[in-house]
Amino acid sequence: MQKDTGSGGTSTSSGPTSRFRRRKSSNEDKSPALVLDLRLSSLMEENVHPEDDKAHGSHLLVNDHNKRAHEDRHLPGFRLLNWHFFFTAMLFVYGRILSQRLVNTVTTDKFLYKLVGRFIKYHMVTCYFLYIAGFMWFILTLKKKMYKYQFGQYAWTHMILIVVFTQSSFTGANIFEGIFWFLLPASLIVINDIAAYIFGFFFGKTPLIKLSPKKTWEGFIGASVTTMISALCGLLLGVAMLLANLLGRFQWLTCPRKDLSTGWLHCDPGPLFKPEYFTLPEWFPGWFPWREISILPVQWHALGLGLFASIIAPFGGFFASGFKRAFKIKDFGDSIPGHGGITDRMDCQMVMAVFAYIYHQSFVIPQSLSIEMIMDQILMNLTYEEQRALYMKLGQIIMERQFGES
Amino acid sequence: MNMMQKQHSPPLPSTPTNRIRQRRRAKSLEVLPDPSKLNGGNLPVHDQNKYRSMWIRTHSSLWMLGGVILILYLGHLYICAMVVVIQILMASELFHLRRRVHEDKQLPGFWLINWYFFFTAMLYVYGRILSQHLVNTVTSDQFFYRLVNSLIKYHMVICYFLYTAGMVWFILTLKKKMYKYQFGQYAWTHMILIVVFTQSSFTVANIFEGIFWFVLPAFLIATNDVAAYFFGFFFGRTPLIKLSPKKTWEGFIGGSIATVVSAFLLANILGQFQWLTCPRKDLSTGWLNCDPGPLFKPEYYCFPIWLPEWIPWKGVSVLPVQWHALCLGLFASIIAPFGGFFASGLKRAFKIKDFGDSIPGHGGFTDRMDCQMVMAIFAYIYFQSFVLPQTNSVEMILDQIVRNLSFEEQERLYMMLENDPWGLWIVIKLEKNSAGRYDG
Repeated sequence: MQKDTGSGGTSTSSGPTSRFRRRKSSNEDKSPALVLDLRLSSLMEENVHPEDDKAHGSHLLVNDHNKRAHEDRHLPGFRLLNWHFFFTAMLFVYGRILSQRLVNTVTTDKFLYKLVGRFIKYHMVTCYFLYIAGFMWFILTLKKKMYKYQFGQYAWTHMILIVVFTQSSFTGANIFEGIFWFLLPASLIVINDIAAYIFGFFFGKTPLIKLSPKKTWEGFIGASVTTMISALCGLLLGVAMLLANLLGRFQWLTCPRKDLSTGWLHCDPGPLFKPEYFTLPEWFPGWFPWREISILPVQWHALGLGLFASIIAPFGGFFASGFKRAFKIKDFGDSIPGHGGITDRMDCQMVMAVFAYIYHQSFVIPQSLSIEMIMDQILMNLTYEEQRALYMKLGQIIMERQFGES
Repeated sequence: MNMMQKQHSPPLPSTPTNRIRQRRRAKSLEVLPDPSKLNGGNLPVHDQNKYRSMWIRTHSSLWMLGGVILILYLGHLYICAMVVVIQILMASELFHLRRRVHEDKQLPGFWLINWYFFFTAMLYVYGRILSQHLVNTVTSDQFFYRLVNSLIKYHMVICYFLYTAGMVWFILTLKKKMYKYQFGQYAWTHMILIVVFTQSSFTVANIFEGIFWFVLPAFLIATNDVAAYFFGFFFGRTPLIKLSPKKTWEGFIGGSIATVVSAFLLANILGQFQWLTCPRKDLSTGWLNCDPGPLFKPEYYCFPIWLPEWIPWKGVSVLPVQWHALCLGLFASIIAPFGGFFASGLKRAFKIKDFGDSIPGHGGFTDRMDCQMVMAIFAYIYFQSFVLPQTNSVEMILDQIVRNLSFEEQERLYMMLENDPWGLWIVIKLEKNSAGRYDG
């Protein structure tokens, strides 16, 4: 992952990226988020240096390279600090999200179970002390005359890690709730991009925003409509939203995974993925072949996601464009020929991933949380004494409320 | 932000509002003359002026101590209000730091975005921490209960949309040729808000677990400052770190020992008061009575028999919480000062003398709060990991029931539990199965 900045040329790094491309094609459903983490975090080593005020050189990148290579030589081990923070963040974020599933995976082995249980209990403290160790290390390596550079790097590292890990942890959490909740938002963004491009290509006239001169209002609106239609009915257009109907019927994509195994999944997909039948009203013309349509309730949720993907997610793209303009770089990297780096492809996806997670947590889970599921939890997880205790406490709460009302 | 005169002669905290606002200042630098004002380093110099300023500072710090005790007496909500006020002042100091007047003239209303994000962050952070307390406060009124419950349910979404709206607003206000400045401000705003709100939300969470868990860490930091100063004053010889040339190893070690010892003793004293040790479960302001828990019940240790006869005490009673206080003291003396070093380094990096100047003679609030911030975070994490009894599954499931089910559903669940739960449940499941499963 070391980028050789000593080569004061343009922003190229060929070696590590081909490695990443190979890893990405290995098709595990858990790793894409992780690999993208690593690639995005190599932004830390990118040429963008926000503190560079002396932008008078002809080629900013060359100045950056030379200057930073010079500084890096005075600060050996400074890069190591960045990676220390990276791994601490990874431990913290994935530990939180995957802890329950880790426990479920090792329930068979008693020793491992105890070990894992203890690790989870002290997870927060462990991560905190790792962070503090990094913090102290940073302070002890502060060198006179390099303060500004070092603090700038520190802040930059934090911002990157926060941006990268928020969205990737949310993506990971979504994946474990059911691959559907990862695939659907991602496909919606892709459809939005493609449709915007096509509409802009054929009908584009009025420019949309100064930041991205190639985008047009026609493209924007056409893409929004396409995305929403695709999300809702997935009939003829919206290929990926046909998926919303088709996908819903594949258990592999809709079942949540409760542990870290990799085998097949069988589950009762829940009320969201059971088709409901709506008979069309009589005033529909006679030649219409179908008398009733089946809609999975999840398609209404897909509609909400589609709305967001078409209207708000593009702002992630505008943000990235503005950012590139601010620091006068053309692309974040160049791993993907013709498209720039991975960050260029992922800028809208990041915004969408966060929204998909929050949407799922707020609107999908509570809907499916019914008496049945809670009873399931009570009967599976609590011992008889605990059930009695729950019963007493619940009774108390209900009685207090009735007393308060009267 | 208040631009108050920075006075280099004996600083006089003038008005009562000043005094109350300055309540969080480390008492050490109130009481003792600032070395930078002494002519020639750390050596005590006999000078009328210095002793006069020392007396004035003692005077004002006594006033501050009184203010602190008053607010502690008033209770949890007032302390939280004070934390919020200090937070606002800190944030405004820090926002102001990176602003450049010339650019700001071309971007009217840009500073509004900062405060917009500030209030979104406040809603998010305090909403999370105080949601349970809020629910407990309105259990009596059905309408409010429903309202509060749905607000809490959709709290994350609401805050997310507020944040997204802010981001969209930011993008729409981007102006050509000002991109770099605007993005820099955006990043700076985020860093400030994260730093300020993490520690203040943890502080507030600690306050509601018992004022003890707020007073003890804060006091330990102040004690460390005072003790380190004294030891450095009298014995200081070898400098500690290049960042802060006034600190010495003697001060550091002496301060550590003093802090740990005083942590042990202070925990004993503070642990006797129910007002300080009882957690508050809702947002009321009245008196608290509770069973303080096993941590605050004294345990008696007898001295070993080989101790000489003339020692009057046969044993010592120790509150178990004092051992926790030892750990807090250790952290406060060894690691928390790094918060101070960080702030010093930051000031050197950006070539500023102080973060602000609301407090005459001492700079701004951030200068006073730098070590406190690191300590607050540690105190919260320590408390959650080692002190708080683990939330058992009963509580979690009860939480889910109360939050997600309507009143009728809760009562139905109650009745199901009342009778033979297993039997009834199996019957229901069998009925569902036979009614036709989805087979995809």
